[in-house]
Parts: sequence; structure tokens; C-alpha cells
Amino acid sequence: MAILVVADHDNGTLAPATLNTVAAATAIGGDIHLLVAGSGCGSVVEQASAVSGVSKVLHADNPALENRLAENVSLLVAELGKDYSHILASTSTDARNTMPRVAAMLDVDQISDIISVVSEDTFSRPIYAGNAIATVQSNASIKVITVRSTGFDPVASEGGSAAVEAVASNHDAGISSFVSEELAQSDRPELTAADIIVSGGRGMGNGENFELLYKVADKLGAAVGASRAAVDAGYVPNDMQVGQTGKIVAPNLYVAVGISGAIQHLAGMKDSKVIVAINKDEEAPIFQVADYGLVADLFEAVPELEGKL
Amino acid sequence: MKILVAVKRVIDYNVKVRVKTDNTDVDLTNVKMAINPFCEIAVEEAVRLKEKGVATEIVAVSLGPKECQEQIRTALALGADRGIQVQTDDPLGSLSVAKLLKAIVDEEKPDLVLLGKQSIDSDNGQTGQMLAALAGMSQGTYASEVNVDSGKVSVTREVDGGLQTVSLNLPAVVTTDLRLNEPRYASLPNIMKAKRKPLDVKSPEDLGISVSSTLTTIKVEPPAERQAGIKVASVDELVEKLKNEAKVI
Ligand SMILES: Cc1cc2nc3c(=O)[nH]c(=O)nc-3n(C[C@H](O)[C@H](O)[C@H](O)COP(=O)(O)OP(=O)(O)OC[C@H]3O[C@@H](n4cnc5c(N)ncnc54)[C@H](O)[C@@H]3O)c2cc1C
Ligand SMILES: Nc1ncnc2c1ncn2[C@@H]1O[C@H](COP(=O)(O)O)[C@@H](O)[C@H]1O
Repeated sequence: MAILVVADHDNGTLAPATLNTVAAATAIGGDIHLLVAGSGCGSVVEQASAVSGVSKVLHADNPALENRLAENVSLLVAELGKDYSHILASTSTDARNTMPRVAAMLDVDQISDIISVVSEDTFSRPIYAGNAIATVQSNASIKVITVRSTGFDPVASEGGSAAVEAVASNHDAGISSFVSEELAQSDRPELTAADIIVSGGRGMGNGENFELLYKVADKLGAAVGASRAAVDAGYVPNDMQVGQTGKIVAPNLYVAVGISGAIQHLAGMKDSKVIVAINKDEEAPIFQVADYGLVADLFEAVPELEGKL
Repeated sequence: MKILVAVKRVIDYNVKVRVKTDNTDVDLTNVKMAINPFCEIAVEEAVRLKEKGVATEIVAVSLGPKECQEQIRTALALGADRGIQVQTDDPLGSLSVAKLLKAIVDEEKPDLVLLGKQSIDSDNGQTGQMLAALAGMSQGTYASEVNVDSGKVSVTREVDGGLQTVSLNLPAVVTTDLRLNEPRYASLPNIMKAKRKPLDVKSPEDLGISVSSTLTTIKVEPPAERQAGIKVASVDELVEKLKNEAKVI
């Protein structure tokens, strides 16, 4: 049987996380079909059909799918999914919103946030904020899975030539509607796709002081993240939160500034290749995971760092 | 309007868990347990809706061994009116929890069901969405703002790119994110009062649900430990190391 991967997109661009999800599907093995469900999403379909390893792209285009409301998309995915051995999606907020609904409609358990594929029915995933890794086996007829991107190297976005098939898409549960969205505008790289991330915590003191980090980030071509404390205090918006209950990242370089290193924060960044911590408290737990620790007042160290890059 | 709130008993979020030496599970003996932080936010939101005159009754539900009555009592002390415990010692996956909650929804017919977005032990993040599917309800996950108005609920959701607002027909399921509210502390008089509030105990059999799972945990292991690195003395040394040793900038 084949594997259905649900693509992440915004009707215009295929999200990079889909390439990591296809990589997980490749590790399971089998024919891989990529579902693009949206409205006016033809350009996504084009990008999807070029993804390496995908044999078929299913294209569902309907106004009811425009904002990817879980009530509507899950009807489509559960209907198509009956013919597959596995249904995979990333751990984006869209997929996390929709996939458990799909699993319940198919009457199977979902396996959330896998970081490795042991075999076609066995997977490992972090639990307890990454303080333990569980290996779980599923005997469900259809395995519904979300994939943590940092666990899988992406497949190539080019080189494939999948056939495209239009599928019925009149799936409207009629119980919810989209009102509005406020998306953060930024010229910096997206957190989950960035090579370098500079993050600030409560130690930044206020939102204006994040300017110091933006300047460093712009010199490094980095994304900017934050701890929960910095988001809760209103210094920066919620989409910048890194951690157990925020975004999970694993860049080449993660610079934590004025962040103490609570387990919930570490859960979101401790798989980064190189970690730097700048904190004035030499006992801060962040130093236990940092490759390079600098005990200093950030208001002196960060401007100096910016000057020397 | 009636609100059902699901509260889960989990390890306290301040405790660092350890994996058992036989790799079967994490060690929970003598570990401090508490209400899942996201469920606490759900209870707080229900209480605020009642204080605003939107809600008339709050029912707190927990599923699990006898001890989870403690978390129901916490919810009652925070302002819930009565509790329901579904008692079972069997391990419960999110799908089983959702099926049991669906059976309670059928009996109680709430207008709004509030759950946490995620349990901090399993880190599943599934139950609310599953319940919504089984009950044919709309869902507003990762809520940072909830407004009930003329038969609908408007939910502002924390999504990857920022914030999204949806309008949901009632009855609806809402799952809470961190910024929805800041939970209050229970006062001593309210803790005392909570002891006298009604708490119904049921079994999965009473609800006609058999608890089973398609998942088996084969092993539980500690994560790869990260070695602490070195302290650098200056910004110059840091930049030098990042350029020449780590080669990341
Ligand atoms: C259910 C739940 C989910 C959570 N999810 C997340 C999550 O996803 N992500 C997350 O990050 N947290 C999360 N948390 C919160 C977490 O427990 C911590 O409270 C939070 O990470 C602390 O943020 P912080 O390090 O910025 O603040 P603090 O712990 O207050 O640390 C501030 C640090 O800044 C340093 N500092 C202050 N001034 C200076 C200065 N001038 N120069 C240098 N250093 C300075 C201090 O020494 C201190 O170490 C969660 C908590 C719960 C209960
Ligand atoms: N055993 C349980 N008892 C009561 N509520 C639960 C239980 N398990 C999960 N929930 C609810 O579902 C939410 C999400 O859980 P999960 O899907 O396990 O991450 C929790 O925050 C609770 O509101």
C-alpha cells in the first residue's frame, strides 16, 4: 500500500517542512502520494510534483479548503486516507490541528511528533518535554503520524516528476468559518528553516531591547526567537516562542541571550548543532547545554558582538 | 450555557523526570503530581466565562486512577461546580480519552468543552481535536482569546505564522494556549468549599466504552545527553571560536 503525505502550504508556496515529512515517508518505504488541499493552490501543486520521491500529487481545490479549517480538511483526508497504509503530516499548527481529527474519524490512535522510523510500524518520539524518548509500535490498520522536521533531513525539492490527479474537494462541514489572520511580517528567515537563530529571554527587559538581537541577526542572516517569558511579557509575538509548547528548532547555531534554560525551553532547541549562551548568571542551567558560554551582561556583550561580526 | 472542562493529572512541570533503569517507562514513584498547566488555563477560562455571566454551570472531568480526584478537587476549588471522574487504572491513549469524553458529552450536553492544547507528559496534543471529530463539533485549538456571542464562539488561535481568528458554531471544543489567561490561585475557603461539591465516579463500562489501544510502548530511553562545553572569557574569544573552531559563522 501507499503512503499519503499531507502537504503544508499557504496556497502559494509549499512549506519546507513537507520535504522532511516526505523524507520520513521514504524511510518507511512505499509509494508516496502528496496531497495538496487548498484553494487556488495550483502553484503549490507544481512545486509538489517536483519533490523528489513523490509518485503522485493529489490536488483538491475548493473555496471551503482555502483557510485549511480542520473541520473541512479532515473530511477530505479521512476519505482519501482509507486507501493508504500511513498518513503523514508535519507538526505545523495546521497539521496538528487537523490530523487528530482524521485519526479519530478512522478510529485509530495517532502517533505525534516522531523523530525516527524504526520500521514501517515502529517509531520513536520524545515525551516529557524531550526528557525521555519512547519507541512505540502500532498495529493500527492505518497509521496516522505527525513528523518532527528536525528528525529528518529534507528530500530534494527538485528532480521529481509526479503525475497530478484532481480529486473531489467539496468538503465543507459548515460548522466553522475563517474570520481573519494577523501574520507576522518579517524579512528574516523563518525560525524552523533558519541556519542560525538568535533568541532572547526575560533578560532582554522589554520589546525595544530586542533591537539589539535584530541587529546581530541581520549581520548573521539569522532568525530571531524567544523564550515563553519574553512572549508572555509582550516583548515579542507568540510565533517567536521556542520550546516544548512552541517551535522546535535545530539550527547550526543557536544563541540564547538572557534565557535561563528551563527544560521547556531546552526541549525546543537542544538538538541545535552549536549552542551559545550569554547570561549574567554563571549558574544558569542554559550553560549545561551550551558549547560556548559567556558570563556577561547582555547589554554590553550583545552590542560588542554585533560590532565584531 | 454549560461548560465541560477536562483536567488531566500529570507530573508537576518543575520536576525533572527520569527514565526507569529497565527502560519500560519513566519513574513516577514519589514524584509530585499536579493538574496539567494547560488544563489549569482551561478551568480559569471557564470560571471567567461564568463570572461574566456567559456560563451558568462548569463541570470538571478527569479520567484515570482514583488519585485524579485530587485534580478535580483543584478545579472545584478554582470555581467549577461539580466533578465527574471516570475511574480506570488502564493506561489511556488520547483516542480512548476522547471516546470517554464523547460519552460524557452525550450525557451532559455542554455548549462548550474546554481542554488543554497538550499534556506535558505524553506531549500528544490530540484529545481535543479527536473529541471534536467524534462529537461532530467545531474546534478552536491553541486559543489565546475566546469570545462567546449570539450562539457562536470566536476563537483567536496561536498559529505558526501569528494569530488566526475563527468563528465556530456551538457546541464547540476549545483547547487552550499559554496566553489565554493567567490562572488564579485557589483560596483556602474555596479549597474547603470544594470538598463539599458533588463528585460523581463512573467506570468506562458505565459509559459503554471499552478502553483499548493500537499502540504498544516498546521502550523508553533517556535522550542523548549533551556535553556542557566551555566558558569563553570575552566576546572576542567567542567570535574566534565560532569562526575557527565551530565554523558556524
Ligand atoms: C506548560 C508550560 C509550557 C512551557 N512552554 C515553554 C516553551 O515552549 N518555551 C519556553 O521558553 N518556555 C516555556 N515554558 C516556561 C519555562 O518554564 C520558563 O519559565 C521560561 O522558559 C523562562 O524564560 P526565560 O529563560 O526567558 O526567563 P527567566 O527564567 O526569568 O530567565 C531570565 C534569564 O536572563 C538572565 N538575565 C537577566 N538580565 C540579564 C542581563 N542583563 N544580561 C544577561 N543575562 C541576564 C538571568 O540571569 C536569567 O537566567 C513553559 C512552562 C510551562 C509551565
Ligand atoms: N486522562 C485525562 N483526563 C482528563 N482530561 C484529559 C486526559 N487526557 C487528556 N485530557 C485532556 O486533553 C488535553 C490534551 O491532551 P493530549 O491529547 O494527551 O495532549 C489535556 O490538556 C486535557 O484537557
